[in-house]
Amino acid sequence: MHKQKCLAVVCLDFFMEKRYLIDSCEYFYHRLKELGTWLPTMEKGDKETMKMVRAKDLTYEYVRVLETEQGTQEEKVAALKQINIEINKGDFVAVLGHNGSGKSTFAKHINALLQPTGGTLWVDDMDTKEDELVWEIRQTAGMVFQNPDNQLVATVVEEDIAFGPENMGIEPKEIRRRVDEALATVRMSDYATHTPSKLSGGQKQRIAIAGVLAMKPECIVLDEPTAMLDPVGRRDVMETIERLNREEGITIILITHYMDEAVRADKVFVIDDGDLVMQGTPKEIFSQVETLQGYGLDVPQVTETAHLLRKEGIELPADILTIEEMVGAICQLKSTI
Amino acid sequence: MIRDITIGQYYPTESPIHRMDARGKIVITFLFIVSLFIVNNFFGYLCVTALLGAVIRISKVPLKFMLRGLKSIVIIILFTAVINLFLTQGEHVLWQAGFLRLTTEGIYMAVKMCVRLVLLIVGASLLTLTTTPIQLTDGIEYLLRPLKRFGVPAHEIAMMMTIALRFIPTLLDETDKIIKAQQARGADFDTGNLMQKAKSMIPILVPLFISAFRRAEELAMAMEARCYHGDENRTRMNVMRLQRRDYQAAGLVAVYMLVAVALRYAAPLLPFWI
Repeated sequence: MHKQKCLAVVCLDFFMEKRYLIDSCEYFYHRLKELGTWLPTMEKGDKETMKMVRAKDLTYEYVRVLETEQGTQEEKVAALKQINIEINKGDFVAVLGHNGSGKSTFAKHINALLQPTGGTLWVDDMDTKEDELVWEIRQTAGMVFQNPDNQLVATVVEEDIAFGPENMGIEPKEIRRRVDEALATVRMSDYATHTPSKLSGGQKQRIAIAGVLAMKPECIVLDEPTAMLDPVGRRDVMETIERLNREEGITIILITHYMDEAVRADKVFVIDDGDLVMQGTPKEIFSQVETLQGYGLDVPQVTETAHLLRKEGIELPADILTIEEMVGAICQLKSTI
Repeated sequence: MIRDITIGQYYPTESPIHRMDARGKIVITFLFIVSLFIVNNFFGYLCVTALLGAVIRISKVPLKFMLRGLKSIVIIILFTAVINLFLTQGEHVLWQAGFLRLTTEGIYMAVKMCVRLVLLIVGASLLTLTTTPIQLTDGIEYLLRPLKRFGVPAHEIAMMMTIALRFIPTLLDETDKIIKAQQARGADFDTGNLMQKAKSMIPILVPLFISAFRRAEELAMAMEARCYHGDENRTRMNVMRLQRRDYQAAGLVAVYMLVAVALRYAAPLLPFWI
């Protein structure tokens, strides 16, 4: 009897210890997750699962009907030509390109709104061509569009945010929780019961982001989200996007033609006429001022100034992206004179 | 100028009527309208008016808002009154000119129809004033659900109503912008006869329609991106639940309907002018 009791105590002890072990592991995991980005590198062995988006020879062609004097003509247009892209989980990626370059077409592929006519696109290792996976893909990679007015469905802010989770068939209580959480994340909790038409463009766009957030995506694709906003709205939206990437670890794919927005990304892709023509860190990309201008893109104002100064023989680094960096470089220059 | 138009004129306040279940309110409003046609004597209408007044009082919606709804249908009321006044057949002829004939029965009928119409509008607007458009569409969706078996697209109808409500202010803004843009280019909307005025609307309507279609396309894509695929496996954040006050209201309405029927059959016992 005594023996059994002892055994029980030992077992209990053991399990308690195990519990602590598990608990502390969990604790450390969460702390480290909060600390930041090293977690993905821990899983480096498992290379495939690290990629949020992978495109292999991604091609999209459509038929354009031209009405000429000789009658109607059909013409095959390639919006995307054999694009190969890999986007890591947790990254903040900017896709640049001038109007009609195919960058929006690319964005719509990630959300499975368009399906490739050639090649393959995987979102979190799900092939976008498989019809059964469409809803899961759309839930994994949420999408925010350009016009804030044309993507809000309901007449009340919180109802609109609930739209996504409702479509996914989630329990009412859980929807409520997610809506409140998403509203808090985009700092719009005070507007829960307002009507969207009375909000500013920036606020509407943050509601649209919250609507995607409530679906708990791993990745958010934003198709020129700031193009129709005033400077204040643009700043708010950019802050929200950056915070989501930093604090929630959500992969951000920002389609834009504003260079100062692309500067904040970890990686920049440049698409021109359906081709992926450049990729690299913002510094690598923006130091090639003339190449970029050749693709019809502007570089950030400071970078261009630095470039022009360099041309005049003033020794400035080629990769200046922000005003702060410029100030630093000029001050250094001054001290060397 | 165009901004003043409101549809779905919800009056936000706290009252037992506001807190009632939307489905209940729709059914009760429907029964109320039916009761207006059951009751057919003035004593009955007096009772109905008193009751409606009491409900308005409970709802805390200012009477002003109720009467605002009447303003838009004044013409219809007058039209009904005139038609009934002169075209009702009757024995007590008071005045006659050609086929127009004024009879006591005509006056009686005209007054009755006007009272009916006014009560009907006020009763119906009480529903829209105390229920948010969202609750209203949810309620309609729920009530139409049994008809789905016969091919009535209940969910789609509700979704269309929600989207329409959502886009009314947006399209009004757009209309305003287009009008200003056309005026800036010298368009004239205010002079000319009716035909010319109607014609001058074309440069407003064409761009408005084009933009509405473009919006619809974008919205459809945004909805799809958010996993919308009809009402299959769809849940709602706000689940409608009947509460005690809804059952109490149902009881009261049942009694009210019985009284209405009783009043109708009590009519012969009363003098005809009551």
